[in-house]
Amino acid sequence: MTELLLGTKKGLFALEGEPGSEFDVTCRAFAGEPIDFAMRDPGSGRVIATTTSPFYGPKIWFADDPAGEWTQAEGVALPEGGDHALERIWVIVAGEDGSLYAGGDPGVLFESRDGGATWTLNQSLWEHRVQEDWQPGGGGLCLHSIVPWPGEPDRLAIAVSAAGVWLTDDHGETWRRGNRGIRPRYLPDDAPDDTFQLCVHRMERARLDPQRMFIQFHGGVYRSDDAGQTWSEIGSGLPSDFGFPLALDPSDPDSAYVIPLTGDFDRVTPEGHVCVYETRDGGVTWTPRGQGLPADHAYLTVLRRAFDRAGEGSSLQLYFGATSGDVFGSGDAGGSWFTAATRLPPVFSITASV
Amino acid sequence: MALVCVHGPLRRLAGGSAELEIGGATVEELLRGLEREHPSTAGWILDERSCIRRHINVFVNGERGSERTAVGSSDRVEILPAITGGAT
Repeated sequence: MTELLLGTKKGLFALEGEPGSEFDVTCRAFAGEPIDFAMRDPGSGRVIATTTSPFYGPKIWFADDPAGEWTQAEGVALPEGGDHALERIWVIVAGEDGSLYAGGDPGVLFESRDGGATWTLNQSLWEHRVQEDWQPGGGGLCLHSIVPWPGEPDRLAIAVSAAGVWLTDDHGETWRRGNRGIRPRYLPDDAPDDTFQLCVHRMERARLDPQRMFIQFHGGVYRSDDAGQTWSEIGSGLPSDFGFPLALDPSDPDSAYVIPLTGDFDRVTPEGHVCVYETRDGGVTWTPRGQGLPADHAYLTVLRRAFDRAGEGSSLQLYFGATSGDVFGSGDAGGSWFTAATRLPPVFSITASV
Repeated sequence: MALVCVHGPLRRLAGGSAELEIGGATVEELLRGLEREHPSTAGWILDERSCIRRHINVFVNGERGSERTAVGSSDRVEILPAITGGAT
């Protein structure tokens, strides 16, 4: 049985099912509230969800059962008396030592060591944020990608739109940039080579080769073979190298999946044709994986966190949701697709677990 | 002490009371006092900059107030979620 947790514009939805058939909606929580992200913590088994109430601001909540009682987490705030307020929590990721990380706007990272009940701001990264001129992307100054290093809990990479990639080897005590080779086409030609106004849309790391990382950028797909120090563009075989989501097969460091959109001027699936693209050679070639997906007048938008996977190898499951409220899945690594759900509110995020 | 009236989820966070007597010379002091008496309300009305959240309205004796609005001991302060939406 696969569980999907969907953050939507109007609540958290839990779905269960088997690949190939429509999933059952087992629960709707936070009815009417925007849910930015929800995940099941593999350590505690808890479900952690992030809300941004238009009235009461961003919060993190946790529950043992998404249909049960939710408790508000503590510590999810910036230092009082400053010039900034927390705007949104974009993502929560499990670390390698039982900790949890939360990333958000304005370019902030929190850590929890008690299963999401209490959170602490990463002060070192926050000082970079305050002292440097970080600029937001269209979605805000969002820290949306947090990628641990398998087996090494002190090593972490994060990505911020639009402040680029940041790396730490000492559990967040110190941070350095990891942006060399990224070429932002939205800046003037004479922009300095070391600019960090970099609109990374999503970043992931290969589990079996942690030096290998991938980025879906604001125009460009990139690969790093040195743990995010330098990047090479690999999007030339795609119909468009603009998009947001990105997923990897944990069993294959050469794998990546992206869902191209037409461009930043028209953020829908190209030509009304929904298609996932797969590489199995590190981005040298890309193969369309669209069997079973809408191919005619389907102008979908898939947001950056609305794509996830479960399992690996030939039984890799892939799931993505669109702002149309449709959710699609594959139980065979993208070879074929089925409709997991329809007519839900606009999907902000998906996490899958088996 | 002013009479503070809370609505919606704030009522549950304030221990179930619709009206609370809280001291403070300004709206901000009053709201910080509410947070001290009911810590669960912290972050729900004032943000980290001590600004009233954008879609929360505070009325002092029926007049729209801000963080710096003076409050007297016999004043009535209503904290209301704004009428908003229509676009989402």
